Amino acid sequence: MLHIKCPHCGLRSQNEFSYGGDATVKRPELNKEVSDKGWDNFVYLRKSPRGKHLELWQHISGCRQWIKVERDTLTHEIFKTLKANEEA
Amino acid sequence: MQKYSVFSLIKNAFKGHKDWEVAWKDPTPKSEYDVVIIGGGGHGLATAYYLAKEHNITKVAIIEKGWIGGGNVGRNTTIIRSNYMHDENGLFSEFGMDLWRNMSQDLNFNVMFSPRGIINLAHSDAQMNVYSRRGNSMRLNGIDAVLLNREEVRKIIPMADFSENVRFPIFGGLMQPSAGTARHDAVAWGYARQADSMGVDIIQNCEVTGFDVSNGKILGIRTSKGDIKAKKIGLCVAGSTNILAEKLNMTLPIETHLLQACVSEPIKPILDNVVTFGAGHFYCSQSDKGEMVMGGDLDGYNSYAQRGNLPTLQHVLTEGIAMFPFLSKLKMLRTWGGIMDMSMDGSPIIDKTHIDGLYLNCGWCYGGFKATPASGWTFAHTIAQDRPHELNSGYSLNRFSTGHLIDEKGLGTKTWIS
Repeated sequence: MLHIKCPHCGLRSQNEFSYGGDATVKRPELNKEVSDKGWDNFVYLRKSPRGKHLELWQHISGCRQWIKVERDTLTHEIFKTLKANEEA
Repeated sequence: MQKYSVFSLIKNAFKGHKDWEVAWKDPTPKSEYDVVIIGGGGHGLATAYYLAKEHNITKVAIIEKGWIGGGNVGRNTTIIRSNYMHDENGLFSEFGMDLWRNMSQDLNFNVMFSPRGIINLAHSDAQMNVYSRRGNSMRLNGIDAVLLNREEVRKIIPMADFSENVRFPIFGGLMQPSAGTARHDAVAWGYARQADSMGVDIIQNCEVTGFDVSNGKILGIRTSKGDIKAKKIGLCVAGSTNILAEKLNMTLPIETHLLQACVSEPIKPILDNVVTFGAGHFYCSQSDKGEMVMGGDLDGYNSYAQRGNLPTLQHVLTEGIAMFPFLSKLKMLRTWGGIMDMSMDGSPIIDKTHIDGLYLNCGWCYGGFKATPASGWTFAHTIAQDRPHELNSGYSLNRFSTGHLIDEKGLGTKTWIS
C-alpha cells in the first residue's frame, strides 16, 4: 500500500487516490499552430522512466484536488508531493 | 539434438537418467552475428527459432539480462485466445492459434496446449449486444465464436453465481471454444532448445549497456560481456523497452505498468474452461495441478517493481468471488507480478525503426503470452526481409502519429484505466 501525503489533507492511503499519469507532459499552447509532431509528443509519447517519475494523482475520495507526486517507479519511494500548480 | 519421445524416456530411465543431453548450451558470445535479439523471453526465443527455421539465418544470438523465461513468459496466466474484434488483432492471433495447435510436434516439446475454451461473461443486455457484434466480427475472420445465453452458460459453469438479486447477474457470454491454455515455461524451453540446436547462441546473464549507432545505422551493442557487432538487432524486451529506448534516444508510445496474478491452493477439478468476469477485470482457469489461476487489473500506476500491491489484488479477488463464490473458501498459494509494456492504443508494435537495422517488438500490454508464436514468426519475417509481413503491417510504430490506431477496448491512451 502506498502512503501519499496530500498537500491539502496530509498522509493518506493509496485507496483514496486515483492515478493521472506523467505530470511532465505539456499540452501544446492554445491558439497557436501545433505541428503533427507536437501533438504526437503530447498525446502518445512517454519517457516512462525506471526511477524518479513526476506524476499526477487525484485525491478522489478526499479533497478531490489534483496533486503532483514524485515517486520512484522501481522502489515506490515517494520523495515529495506538490499542489498541482506548483513546479517540481 | 536428442529427440524426446516415450522411447528415449524409457531408454534413459534404464540408465538412471544420467545421459540426457543439455537442452541448450551456455556459450560465450562471439564478436559478431548476423542478427542479435535482445531479450530471452518467449517472443525473443520464438523470433530466433523462426529466423533459423523459416529464413535460414542461424548466426543469431539472444542476449538476456537474467535467465531465459524469467520474465513475463514465466509470470502470465497462460491464456491463449484470438477473440478480437479488429481485423489486425483477429487475423494475427488466429494465425498464432494454428502455430499453437502444432507447437508440441513442431518443437518436440510438450507445451501441454489445452484448447479448453474461453467464456467472457456478460452482465447486461447491452453487453450481450457488444458480444454478439464481436462474435460476428470474429466469425467473419474465420475465428470460432458462440454466443451463449444464461442457461447455456449455467450448463458449462454451474458453480458461478446464478442466484437471484446479485449485483451483476449473468445474462450470458461469448465463448471461443478453440481458445485455451498452455504450459508457459515449456514454451520458453521448447523454443530455446530448438533454436540452440540450429546454431543460435543463447547468452544469459548478459546485460545490454549501450548501442553502437553510426550515420543512422546500427552497428552493434555494448554488453556486460563485451561488445558485439551485428548487422541487425531486434528489441524484444517487453516492460524494459523504455529503458533500452532511452539509450537509443528514442521516446516511444509505451508506458511500463505492473500486472499481478495469483494461484490458490490446489483443489479437485472444478473448472475446465477459462472464464472472465464481464463487469470488471478478472479471469480464472484451473491448472493441471488443481490450482485456480487468477488475474485481473493492472496496479494502475507506472511501475518497474515486478511485485504487486495489495489493494489491487483485493479488488480483483472481490470480483472473482462475485463470479465464483466458492473462491472465498480457498487459501492463496502464491502471488506475483510482471511489468507490462502498455502501448497507447492497447495493441502491439512489430516494426522497423528510424535506425537502419534496428527492429522493434513491444507494446504487448497484458496479452503477450498468447502472441508468442505469431509474434516470433512475424518479427523474424520483419527482420529477415527488412519489411513487415502482411500480418503485422498494422502493428506499425507510426500508426500513432498517422491516426491508424487499433484501439480494441476503446480506452484511448490511459492504459492504466481498466
